Amino acid sequence: MYQAIVFLPLLGALIAGFGGTQVFKNLGSDADVYGDHASHALDDQAAHTHDGHGHGHYVGAAWPMYLTTALLCVSAMLSWVVFWGFLPEGHDVSVVEVLRWVNSGGLVANWTLRIDALTAVMLVVVNTVSALVHIYSLGYMSHDEHQPRFFAFLSLFTFAMLMLVTSNNLLQMFFGWEGVGLASYLLIGFWYTRESANAAAIKAFVVNRVGDFGFALGIFGCFYMFQSIEFDTIFAATPTAVGKTMHFLSWDFDALTVLCLLLFMGAMGKSAQFLLHTWLPDAMEGPTPVSALIHAATMVTAGVFLVARMSPLFEIAPHAREFVVVVGAITAFFAATVGLVQNDIKRVIAYSTCSQLGYMFVALGLGAYGIAIFHLFTHAFFKALLFLGSGSVIHAMSGEQDMRKMGGLAPHIRKTWILMIIGNLALTGFPLTAGYYSKDAIIESAFAGHSSFAFSLLVIAAFCTSFYSWRLAFMTFNGPSRADTHTLEHVHESPNVMLVPLYVLAAGALAAGFLFKDYFIGRDEALFWGSALYRAPENEIVHAIHKVPSWVSSSPFVAMVLGFLLAVQFYIRKTSLPQKLANMNWPLYQFLLNKWYFDELYDFLFVRPAMWLGRFLWKRGDGTVIDGLGPDGVSARVIDMTRGVVRLQTGFVYHYAFAMLIGVAALVSWFTFGGTH
Amino acid sequence: MFIGLSHYLTVAAILFTIGIFGIFLNRKNVIVIMMSIELMLLAVNINLVAFSTSLHDLVGQVFALLVLTVAAGEAAIGLAILVTYFRNRGSIAVEDINLMKG
Amino acid sequence: MIAALFFYLFASVAIASAVMVISSRNPVHSVLFLILCFVNAAGLFILMGAEFLAMILIVVYVGAVAVLFLFVVMMLDVDFVELRQGMLNYMPIGGSIGLIVLVELALVVFSWVLSPTALKSAASPPAGGVTNTQALGEILYTKYVYYFEASGLILLVAMIGAIVLTLRHKQGVKRQDVSVQVARSPATAVEVIKVKPGQGI
Repeated sequence: MYQAIVFLPLLGALIAGFGGTQVFKNLGSDADVYGDHASHALDDQAAHTHDGHGHGHYVGAAWPMYLTTALLCVSAMLSWVVFWGFLPEGHDVSVVEVLRWVNSGGLVANWTLRIDALTAVMLVVVNTVSALVHIYSLGYMSHDEHQPRFFAFLSLFTFAMLMLVTSNNLLQMFFGWEGVGLASYLLIGFWYTRESANAAAIKAFVVNRVGDFGFALGIFGCFYMFQSIEFDTIFAATPTAVGKTMHFLSWDFDALTVLCLLLFMGAMGKSAQFLLHTWLPDAMEGPTPVSALIHAATMVTAGVFLVARMSPLFEIAPHAREFVVVVGAITAFFAATVGLVQNDIKRVIAYSTCSQLGYMFVALGLGAYGIAIFHLFTHAFFKALLFLGSGSVIHAMSGEQDMRKMGGLAPHIRKTWILMIIGNLALTGFPLTAGYYSKDAIIESAFAGHSSFAFSLLVIAAFCTSFYSWRLAFMTFNGPSRADTHTLEHVHESPNVMLVPLYVLAAGALAAGFLFKDYFIGRDEALFWGSALYRAPENEIVHAIHKVPSWVSSSPFVAMVLGFLLAVQFYIRKTSLPQKLANMNWPLYQFLLNKWYFDELYDFLFVRPAMWLGRFLWKRGDGTVIDGLGPDGVSARVIDMTRGVVRLQTGFVYHYAFAMLIGVAALVSWFTFGGTH
Repeated sequence: MFIGLSHYLTVAAILFTIGIFGIFLNRKNVIVIMMSIELMLLAVNINLVAFSTSLHDLVGQVFALLVLTVAAGEAAIGLAILVTYFRNRGSIAVEDINLMKG
Repeated sequence: MIAALFFYLFASVAIASAVMVISSRNPVHSVLFLILCFVNAAGLFILMGAEFLAMILIVVYVGAVAVLFLFVVMMLDVDFVELRQGMLNYMPIGGSIGLIVLVELALVVFSWVLSPTALKSAASPPAGGVTNTQALGEILYTKYVYYFEASGLILLVAMIGAIVLTLRHKQGVKRQDVSVQVARSPATAVEVIKVKPGQGI
């Protein structure tokens, strides 16, 4: 059964990808696949906010889409069965071997599926959201000319993510890690005729790569320290590694701290934490279902999963965990502030994701692994709901994504409106919704973990979250309409195939917290998690959160209400306030609008030097030196030599005779004064 | 005084050198080149015969005879080429003969 | 004594005429000086005792080759050409090369000693008592007959070559084509016309 869960998506991807697409028909020809879109690409560049989803018509078979969706639904149902088997108490880890892979000297890495409580949770998250996104895409992408490729990529991504979460050793996890990076690249750049999409895909991949570099170094370090990269071996050997140091370049580093920091660097890249976050907003160039699946629920949570999985290591590396807390808190705060002023509906939600990931990392850093995973679980539901809902809005607005051109949509798309409200309530932590349980638990644990830095930042971030979420809702659905008449005429509710997944997600956003909190963070959590998440004996944070003062436990609620009221004031009552406030604090407004100028900073620090170096090595290194010494140089020298030699060929016979004479004289001289006897 | 082998050889050497000078010092026409070649061959013949006499070996003279033959044949062919060239180009001035310039 | 005198006479005239060959302005003069050089060389040969070769030199070289030169010079109508200035460009290097060759030749000549065994190991010593001509004939057609034949071939090739290079068929020259003549048949040569008596054609 476990193999079925993991491999059915792969099967769907392969069959749809190779059988349903034009990949073999267009091999070798320069057929412009997006023929009639070539001219559209230039128009789209002018209006970046346009969601360029296909205005064309799809011609081709429908079976690839249905096949992949069906296989994924089967996989999702099976994963719920597995998850159910772990309630109320998790049982021991099952390890299912698939095939022998690497067996070289001391390095043993076989392809095995590790199924424990953590895996079961991730399986449910990944497969459920993926299946719902597949169904949603049947409607959302129905006009696109390249649906088989899209669905194949979606299934490919799901497979890679499943490989990641079911891995039993670091190499297999890295394979899944890279696989989701690849699928992310393919899907962000799905509409590859758009230059901005291509650039965003490359940016995502490259920034991820920086993190992957740290991750790879971490894997090497693990092998160096423990002579193995299998989880069981590593976890068993961790007590012996406490206090060991690594000697590198005449410095001694604490081994475990270094390892954990390196692994966390990978998580920073994949989960778009502060400093490696720049790719996430640009990843919104991809279609909305992609944003929902990859950049809300699954791929970006891979980093969280990694740290949770390596909890035995992190638990005994307190310095690394402090760093994780700091980074997570800064990310939460930073992303929330930037989200306050963004105008693209998808970017607001993207920054919201970034911020919530910061929350999860704070929880991980404090040792509250179960709480972090719980927030991951609930966040998947309401964030996917928000993304798909915004996709519904964009679909209704015929591709418009700029909130400044929306407004007053509530009477036209009632169902979407209500679903977005539900998503907002869950995100901001309204009591009894899913977000309430998980988010407040994190904030309480920040206090209980004695990190006032993290606590204060998280509370401020909660306030900002509430503000921008309601800002989004009010700008989009309330007030007078700022759209042009042509768009307004076409506003229509989404078809059922798009709404039904939203209903399911809404149900999850409302109920998932209440239903499952006991297992994740409540009474039965130790039973449920079992050996999946390790906690040191002195780590009592899960119990400590129930003992915090009441002002702490009510602070998120207060922040949420304040944000709501402020958003009402700004966007319902006095709608001229935002502009006035922006004008009064223009530098601050620009600072936030330009994402703290990180893109410009990185461009200056990294991109330009890299391009300069590349151009230098290309023009001077490759061109002048290697080509100059090699082919070009040799040919130029040959030509120079021949030019000199050609002067001997004057055409005059007596010159030739003279040359012969000189030769004879030389020969005679040589024989006379030396040479052979 | 006794005219020995070396006298004849000296004469031959001088004639040979004059022939060499004639090849590249002429600025007039190509026929002088051909005549210089004949001079060089003559010098060689003198050498051969001188040695033949001093060594009492008739091979030298036989060889000189063969050289003579070849020289005659070569002069004939060379002049035929010259005539043909003149017919095609109209000039045998030395500076104009540079068709093989490369 | 007489021999020495004649030697120096012949030698000096030969060298002087050789110099005149390459430096005279009129090409006809060059050829004539060449003839003079050849004659003096023949004289030198006779002094050395190779009279057959001397006569052959006169007959072949002077009588055939030099005359050929003269014919070509006359035919090509070569102009008087002023001594061009460019000759002096080559004087230094040419002169030095020539000088090198001459010096080396002199070195060889004056520092070289005949090996004592060479005198006794002659390949074809002349038979005593016969003339030079007869002696040459005796070995040329027996020991060196292959070289003789080869030289004949060379001459044949030279002859054919000269003809091939310079023969031009003039247009409008009537020639006999024997094969055409022999292949005439009555059908093409004779035309029978029945003539009535009393009529003409």
